[in-house]
Amino acid sequence: MSERLIVSRDGSPLEDSQIDANFSDMHPPLNKTQAKVESSRCLYCFDAPCIRACPTSIDIPKFIHQIRTQNLTGSAITILSSNIMGGTCARVCPTEILCEGECVLNATGEKPIKIGNLQRYAVDQYLEGNNPHPFNRAKSTGRRIAVIGAGPAGLACAHRSAVQGNKVTVFENKAKPGGLNEYGLAAYKMADDFARKEVDFLLKVGGITIKHGQVLGENLTLANLQSEYDAVFIGTGLGDVNNLRVEGEHLNGVQDAVTFIEELRQTAEKHNISVADNVVVIGGGNTAIDAAVQAKRLGAQNVTLVYRRGTDQMPATEWEQDLVKTNNVNVIYWSKPIVLKGGEKVEEVTFERCILKDGILTGTGNFFNLRADLVLKAIGQMLDKNPLAGLSIENRKIRVDEKYQTNLQGVFAGGDCINSGEDLTVQAVEDGRKAAESMHDYLENKNG
Amino acid sequence: MADLKCKIAGIESINPFWLASAPPTDKKLNVVRAFEAGWGGVVWKTMGYDPPVINVTSRYGALHDSNRGVIGINNIELITDRPLEVNLQEIREVREEWPDRVIIGSMMAPMMEKLWKDLAVKIAEAGVHGIELNLGCPHGMCERGMGSAIGQVPEMVENATRWVREAVDIPVFTKLTPNITDILLPAEAAKAGGADAVSLINTVNSIAGVDLDIMAPLPSVDGKGTHGGYCGAAVKPIALHMVGDIARNPDTRNLEISAIGGIGNWRDAAEFIALGASGVQVCTAAMLYGFRIVEDMIDGLSRFMDEKGYKAISDFQGLAVPNTVDWNDLNMNFDLKAEINKDLCIECGRCHIACEDTSHQAITKKAKADGGMEYEVVNDDCVGCNLCLHVCPVLDCITMKPVDNGLPHLTWPEHPENPIRVAKKEK
Ligand SMILES: Cc1cc2nc3c(=O)[nH]c(=O)nc-3n(C[C@H](O)[C@H](O)[C@H](O)COP(=O)(O)OP(=O)(O)OC[C@H]3O[C@@H](n4cnc5c(N)ncnc54)[C@H](O)[C@@H]3O)c2cc1C
Ligand SMILES: Cc1cc2nc3c(=O)[nH]c(=O)nc-3n(C[C@H](O)[C@H](O)[C@H](O)COP(=O)(O)O)c2cc1C
Ligand code: SF4
Ligand code: SF4
Ligand code: SF4
Repeated sequence: MSERLIVSRDGSPLEDSQIDANFSDMHPPLNKTQAKVESSRCLYCFDAPCIRACPTSIDIPKFIHQIRTQNLTGSAITILSSNIMGGTCARVCPTEILCEGECVLNATGEKPIKIGNLQRYAVDQYLEGNNPHPFNRAKSTGRRIAVIGAGPAGLACAHRSAVQGNKVTVFENKAKPGGLNEYGLAAYKMADDFARKEVDFLLKVGGITIKHGQVLGENLTLANLQSEYDAVFIGTGLGDVNNLRVEGEHLNGVQDAVTFIEELRQTAEKHNISVADNVVVIGGGNTAIDAAVQAKRLGAQNVTLVYRRGTDQMPATEWEQDLVKTNNVNVIYWSKPIVLKGGEKVEEVTFERCILKDGILTGTGNFFNLRADLVLKAIGQMLDKNPLAGLSIENRKIRVDEKYQTNLQGVFAGGDCINSGEDLTVQAVEDGRKAAESMHDYLENKNG
Repeated sequence: MADLKCKIAGIESINPFWLASAPPTDKKLNVVRAFEAGWGGVVWKTMGYDPPVINVTSRYGALHDSNRGVIGINNIELITDRPLEVNLQEIREVREEWPDRVIIGSMMAPMMEKLWKDLAVKIAEAGVHGIELNLGCPHGMCERGMGSAIGQVPEMVENATRWVREAVDIPVFTKLTPNITDILLPAEAAKAGGADAVSLINTVNSIAGVDLDIMAPLPSVDGKGTHGGYCGAAVKPIALHMVGDIARNPDTRNLEISAIGGIGNWRDAAEFIALGASGVQVCTAAMLYGFRIVEDMIDGLSRFMDEKGYKAISDFQGLAVPNTVDWNDLNMNFDLKAEINKDLCIECGRCHIACEDTSHQAITKKAKADGGMEYEVVNDDCVGCNLCLHVCPVLDCITMKPVDNGLPHLTWPEHPENPIRVAKKEK
């Protein structure tokens, strides 16, 4: 597998094995020689800028040096002590805008160190080896913590909290833990059921119980949790999506990209998914890109990604934007959907060309149609406010103070549902861990 | 381009690049390939009396840098493991087929006059240009009373050299071991015995590493290891020092030197020549990369000479010798300060932490408005030690700038704070 797509050899549809290969590891793990060579390039900077650019502040020069000295276990523990989901982050972090973007080697005209790949090398060998969980729990505090949502924020919070000696119960809506690690991240980034393996590893710390089918706002209330537990952490992510608000949006064959990806992630053998011939993806973020690329990799003949602005405005990173191109996805910029047409099912989408006029996106009156059997909407996820009654909301997210505490005493929040940084896995992990530390301080002060 | 033709101990060579006595010169096949590649000469793998030695497996250990580059190799091989007559016959053939190339015959024997003389004559009769006495092999052969067992005793060095000198009328090279406190003692002994030249260094006693699974030294032979001979880039500084010492010592000054030890490119060779060598010998670098490395050795050395205006090797041979002095002759008033070129600096912080933790706390670190770091040398605290220069990963980013302090040349013996000087004055 590579970043490049496997294409039909003779014009006939992709064979099952080709489709499956399209969903294997996009960046195969480094081998021993590559890890040695790459780790040797690292300058072992002091007060390194790459550390400052990592939301979880992993001691990058140290873990790379440990790879170089073949202390792989030490290296993995260096990573995991700052970021318990170092394995997922190594696979999905947009490193070019984080650690690797700040690597000093960019300034010498060399390629930055492949920090993500090295991180994966160290963490994978630890997780794959027959190793004990590397962190011990402190003496029991006798306290009980409730965590809502088993995504990276919730699980990072639960892990830290368990290490501090608390008993943690995680309440999760879905049947599997992991949040978007399990249901959202692109399949070729998280091959071989890695999300599940990582959660299993994380839970080995002990003291954490996950209860599934538990929905805040349905069979759970914040008030009950507050009274039963010493503190509550909310890590419910972004449960809602933005709508196109155009005619025809509710036709068959029009789907949220997030739902499309979720179904895809939950199908073990990707060749069992039948994909439409003509797929139109609307949006310009990483979700749009992931949906388009995965549709193409399933064997869709024509995948067109339509974004209302230009490449400079695209929220998707440069690497993601390149990915659509190497995956034969057509990209149309400066066009917005006007109407979705069809009978039983969607058949066609009409777009209008746009321009920026005095900073405002304006239709030009030029229209064009695209054939579509499947339309994937990817114009942004947003907070689902319904279950969050009583919490104050600011800038479309849950308001927290610098200690991750909400307006309610003893109720903390982190991850995509707050405004901490970019909506990224690594930021969610950082939030969860930091919030656990704040909760601990809060409870110590309260009781002590 | 400058002509590299030169004379080493009176022997004409098309260039100063010879292969040292070792596996690369073990048999005709290798030597012919070497001559095809352009090497000026070879010192044939050391010959001894039959029956030939038997080697063990494995034989080499290595010290790598973290990127698999070889810093040094150590070996526990013995001398040639082929019958003497096979070697001599091949020498005759190559001499005839390659008349413009030099072949030196390397030999060793137990410390008996007749044995040294008879073998030297046999080798000379095969047509070699000279004989090299292997008095340096530090493993295996020394346990049989040869190699470094002889080279570490100056009287024996002198005797072996004299015996060969008396037996043959071709140039005699005495090859020295570095496993000794003062290289001048065996060098002077070689001179007293009549050597035309000394070749140095042979390998340095060493253990390449320890296998932590089987708990045995490397290379290991069936779970046991022994010390071997260390060579390659790592030993170059040791060799340079020993060559320089012989070149500047009045008693050995006119001994010719065939320099060996960590030479891997034309620059290394030029450095040894500048320190007094007439020519150089190479082993490890050829073993790591093949004979083709001589191409750039020839090309690079000629271009260097053109650039500097040297017409012949002898034009720059020994030019660094007068500048190689005792510590007591250094100018105490000379002062350097490190300077960081901020346009080149990539803000890795290495100079700062090196100086802060282990030197003179002379490089400060300050957060910049743009989020980066600024590193700056504090001149008053910088002692000009060069540490930051060596750790900085960016070429030319740190430079050492001489301070124009107007002070006169002043050596330690002349220094007012030297207690011995003061004591003398008071007397
Ligand atoms: C398609 C897609 C691709 C992405 N790709 C990347 C990428 O490549 N790299 C990257 O760094 N980031 C990526 N992200 C972003 C990343 O996945 C999120 O930032 C991260 O998962 C946020 O973690 P979280 O724990 O806050 O929320 P989530 O991962 O969303 O987890 C929230 C959890 O809470 C549960 N939950 C929600 N509501 C309730 C409720 N009412 N009651 C009980 N449980 C509830 C959910 O079921 C879920 O398990 C991507 C996101 C998407 C959608
Ligand atoms: C700059 C410098 C100064 C040294 N000064 C001394 C010294 O004063 N006394 C001493 O016994 N060794 C001195 N050494 C040698 C070291 O103690 C050590 O033996 C040597 O560097 C080899 O060890 P290493 O290469 O593993 O560090 C010095 C080494 C360096 C690099
Ligand atoms: S900035 Fe780059 S070179 Fe420096 S420590 Fe980080 S990864 Fe290594
Ligand atoms: S170099 Fe390797 S292959 Fe060749 S003889 Fe030695 S051990 Fe065997
Ligand atoms: S070592 Fe060189 S590049 Fe690094 S901070 Fe110092 S001057 Fe800058």
